Amino acid sequence: MTAAVFLELRNVFKTFGNFQALRGIDWDVREGEIHCLVGENGCGKSTLIKAVSGVHAPDAGGEMRIAGQEILSFDPMRARALGIQVVFQDLALFPNLSVAENIAFDANLGRGFSPKAAIRRKARETLDRLGHDLPLDLPVDSLSIAERQIVAIARGLAGSARLIFMDEPTASLTRAEVRRLLDLVRKLSAAGIAVVFVSHRLDEVSAIAERITVMRDGRMVGTYPAYALDQRTLIHLMTGIEIASHHVARDCTSRDVVLETRHLSRRGEYDDVSLCLHEGEVLGLTGLLGAGRTELALSLFGMTKPDSGALIVHGQERRFRNNQDALAAGLAYVSEDRLNLGINAEQSIVDNLDIAVLPGLANRFGLISDASRTQLARDWVARLNIKLSSVEDAINTLSGGNQQRVILARWLASHPKILILDSPTVGVDIKNKEGIYALIRELSDQGVGILVISDEMIELFATCDRILHMRNGRIAGDYNPSLITEQALEERIYA
Amino acid sequence: MSENLTGRNVSMDDLLGPLRRVFPARVSGQALATLALAVGFSLVVPGFFSLGSMRSMMFQLPQLGLLALAMAIPMMSGGLNLAIIAIANACGLAMVTVLAHLPLAGHGAGYVTLCILLALMTGMVLGTALGGLTGWLIVRTRVHPILVTLGVMSIVEGTSIWLTRGEVISGLPSLYGQIGNASLLQIPLAFLVFLVVAGVMHVVLQHTSFGISIRMIGSNALATRYSAVNVDRVTIRIYALSGFLCFCAACLMLARYNSASAAYAKSYLLVTVLAAVLGGVDPNGGFGRVTGLVLAMVMLQLIATGFNLLGFSDYLTLAIWGLVLIGVACAQALLKKRR
Amino acid sequence: MPDLSSLRNRPEFWLACVIAIFIVALSLATPNFLSISNFVDLTESYAVQAIMATGLFVVLIAGGIDISFAATASVAQYVAALLATRFGLSPVLVIPAGLIVGTLLGFINATLVHYARVNSIIITIATMNVYFALLMYATGGHSIYNLPEWWSDRITFLQFETAGGDLVRITLPIIVMIASLGLCWVLLNRSKTGRQLYAMGGNAEAARRIGLNISRLQFFAYGFAGFMAALAGLVQANRVGEAVPNALYGTELSVLSAAVLGGASLLGGVGTIGGITLGILMLAIIQNGLNLLDISPYCFEIITGAIILASTSLTALSVRSRTRSRLVEEAPNV
Repeated sequence: MTAAVFLELRNVFKTFGNFQALRGIDWDVREGEIHCLVGENGCGKSTLIKAVSGVHAPDAGGEMRIAGQEILSFDPMRARALGIQVVFQDLALFPNLSVAENIAFDANLGRGFSPKAAIRRKARETLDRLGHDLPLDLPVDSLSIAERQIVAIARGLAGSARLIFMDEPTASLTRAEVRRLLDLVRKLSAAGIAVVFVSHRLDEVSAIAERITVMRDGRMVGTYPAYALDQRTLIHLMTGIEIASHHVARDCTSRDVVLETRHLSRRGEYDDVSLCLHEGEVLGLTGLLGAGRTELALSLFGMTKPDSGALIVHGQERRFRNNQDALAAGLAYVSEDRLNLGINAEQSIVDNLDIAVLPGLANRFGLISDASRTQLARDWVARLNIKLSSVEDAINTLSGGNQQRVILARWLASHPKILILDSPTVGVDIKNKEGIYALIRELSDQGVGILVISDEMIELFATCDRILHMRNGRIAGDYNPSLITEQALEERIYA
Repeated sequence: MSENLTGRNVSMDDLLGPLRRVFPARVSGQALATLALAVGFSLVVPGFFSLGSMRSMMFQLPQLGLLALAMAIPMMSGGLNLAIIAIANACGLAMVTVLAHLPLAGHGAGYVTLCILLALMTGMVLGTALGGLTGWLIVRTRVHPILVTLGVMSIVEGTSIWLTRGEVISGLPSLYGQIGNASLLQIPLAFLVFLVVAGVMHVVLQHTSFGISIRMIGSNALATRYSAVNVDRVTIRIYALSGFLCFCAACLMLARYNSASAAYAKSYLLVTVLAAVLGGVDPNGGFGRVTGLVLAMVMLQLIATGFNLLGFSDYLTLAIWGLVLIGVACAQALLKKRR
Repeated sequence: MPDLSSLRNRPEFWLACVIAIFIVALSLATPNFLSISNFVDLTESYAVQAIMATGLFVVLIAGGIDISFAATASVAQYVAALLATRFGLSPVLVIPAGLIVGTLLGFINATLVHYARVNSIIITIATMNVYFALLMYATGGHSIYNLPEWWSDRITFLQFETAGGDLVRITLPIIVMIASLGLCWVLLNRSKTGRQLYAMGGNAEAARRIGLNISRLQFFAYGFAGFMAALAGLVQANRVGEAVPNALYGTELSVLSAAVLGGASLLGGVGTIGGITLGILMLAIIQNGLNLLDISPYCFEIITGAIILASTSLTALSVRSRTRSRLVEEAPNV
């Protein structure tokens, strides 16, 4: 027995300038179902959500029906009035307003006096329905990420939602929090509210979804029952490419140790971490978000100071005052957050590429010629096969994959002996992912010790010689990828 | 969004690259506008195209020009320095005080020159130190530069007023004025000083690690920190440099007014922001060139002198400067939107 | 009800403590300080700045900044004075006309900020120069002295004699100031528009996605600032009995200081009317205290500057210590 269709799209297009983000979407969501929407970054998922929530108007010609009613004109207010709510990835809360006002903000729309008592009552009711208790008067910016998420969901629910979109809701949650969130989603569904869950974690998706829709390049690949898909099929559907076979792990433990930590600890971040990275070795570091992986990497790169323990680089104990010291010692670190911590978006490719090695380009008067900068940039663009029309263009004119290559070039230009890659292929399409994996293997062949931080099993198994598992700030396991399967490792991580 | 797959050959780049770097589209457009303005005024305003008006322009421009540079460099890093006028006046007062307290009368020119150099050193150290201190406060407190420099402005200006009781301080040796108002081949020394300083600043901003880092910090300070740039040290240097430029402006102001006061040039403060933006400095940081700024200064000066010769008041000039800025800002916003 | 621990995180709380300390210290140091007449005088002398500060505050809450308010006040004041003297219009026409002029100048700011999408500080510096310069050009800097009596007369609402024999007058500027602060409080805390302004200042993108009418809010905020500036201009003329085109020019940064001192954030969405009131009170008390203690008035600026630096950096540092987890971006590496 299938429920009635709540949302129906026929032949929906959305064009930005000369870029088609949505190309003829036909899609439906049934009442009260849990539906997962998956696809690579930039496949149009976010645009689709914005189109059905009234933030972006779709191009003329498409057809949209909500609860059987044809929608002609649309805006965020109308979308919410019809029962469509979105929990955005960035949550889109008002950090300076109270929990109560965030949940029941709809009562503040329009003009007149703000109904304070009604807002509190509504917020209290909604939180009760969710079975959560939060202090109503606290400003949202004093809450934890998970609590904020509850507020965002409560806001959707308060608006008498019939369909809630959740855009990557689990990205920054711990496992326990994710489990609670999934319970919540089931509860909503049982109450007749449809949930469209956007996620790329198959374990979550298959745990709750009834149907899975795959998007690619602004088109619908298809909608499938959840039980019919496994991760490889899903990736194949999402990318159209079969992932190449595993890289064969090498034993590098007899080579020189380039980086070693002994009982390294930093309060509240990581605890008693001892690890060894050998010359030419690719060492994976995995674990849940918040397990302390990035925090550890930042200490290795001199950006935070460990409270205790020793950091040994090329056999010498080091205490970095800052990342310039780390760079001078032959370390390099590519951040996971390319947009905020990686690129200088509006600046040119040259500027982005040579920023870390500028002092080295200077002549004896401290001056840097444009020619030497351009030359350096062109060399690296050629070596990493970065596709661009001019190195003077702003880096944000490039695709995510090419941006990441520029950032890699930034650090490779410093000729590092130890390279730390934090989620190196986030937001990179599959073709470029393969290229980056090949580059990692090539660099390791040249003797660079590489630490790959990632939670994508495919990525770890495609590159690593050894994988460390971090949990709650500690090293919880050391695995040889040849001796364990992706599923087995994943189960241990999420256990 | 759009992936560039054309893979166009880079030979165009080879040819045009260096030219484009010295004269990017915006600067070329600005140069044309400046030229048009100059020609227009020469045709319309009698006496505009003359040695006299040229010289008066070259006398007037450097002071605002140096102050605008002092404002523009922090702006390129995403900050702002509201304390520039206060620092410049403090430098001027310090230099006059030093000179007024040294026994100059009856001594030879050599001795007087030495004393002037001593005074200049005092001013330079003071200006750079006040600027550096401002930068240090910004780095340490992580409060928005507008607020920190507002506080520094109040303190520095207040101290100057307090120590001078708000009075004008004079007592410069005549030699100072002679040098300050001298000309070389009909070109005022002040203008030459401005050109040299601007030239050095151009090289610093475009061709040193420090200068390039300034703009990178302006576009994304966090990413720049992650790129192993010592953002805090650069920030302190930015404001120290801004303080040094205030000192340079103070030297010219001393020569021009033959005195110093805590209240000189106060109305220039916000005008320097306008001049910097007009010169292509992005108020959000990340972009700006000395060439653009110099052209903007010339443009503003042409407007001022032209309208002055036409008999309009200074206030009308100020209003027109404001309108020009609004016009340019709107035009840029529209162009950006179209792209 | 907020408990004490949350109170301690509010800059207003600390400001109130500092003010209390100042009041106690100054009362001990000079007998004249803690008298009703001194307080009333002090309030009256800061009323105009306080009225302008309420307007600026609304813009700050909305996530913008307005530097042009003093110029707006001067223009509105002068236009109204011209209408009253040159054309002899009645107050029923003159006062609304002045307020409309101020509001329209605010709308110009809003138009430029919203449609040209230029940084609001740059736009309002530019419009400040344009408004003020055009005013000075048009008037030649001449003041209007012959204001009609209904305007220039001192309007006293309440008058009484203290035990010490001082005559205390509650005059128009004080009443208008209190009314402005009250109006602003009601607007920001009790009206839907006010809550939307806070929301927009807190997260503009979220406000857009939730469907708030951003352009209406921008016009409202800058228009309100213009309106309040005009009101301040009219009150200022009443206080001094003449319309002086450059009387208010130059108060921009000190009014901004008061707002920031009271806990308004330049990033938008943060601050309360109570805080603004305390900020202005703080500046007034310092100046008054210095006068009474016979300390050089030239010290005033130094102390103001030091207090701005101290209070903003203390607030920033206390916020930082509360959010250690993301220390990475904050860690100084000099």
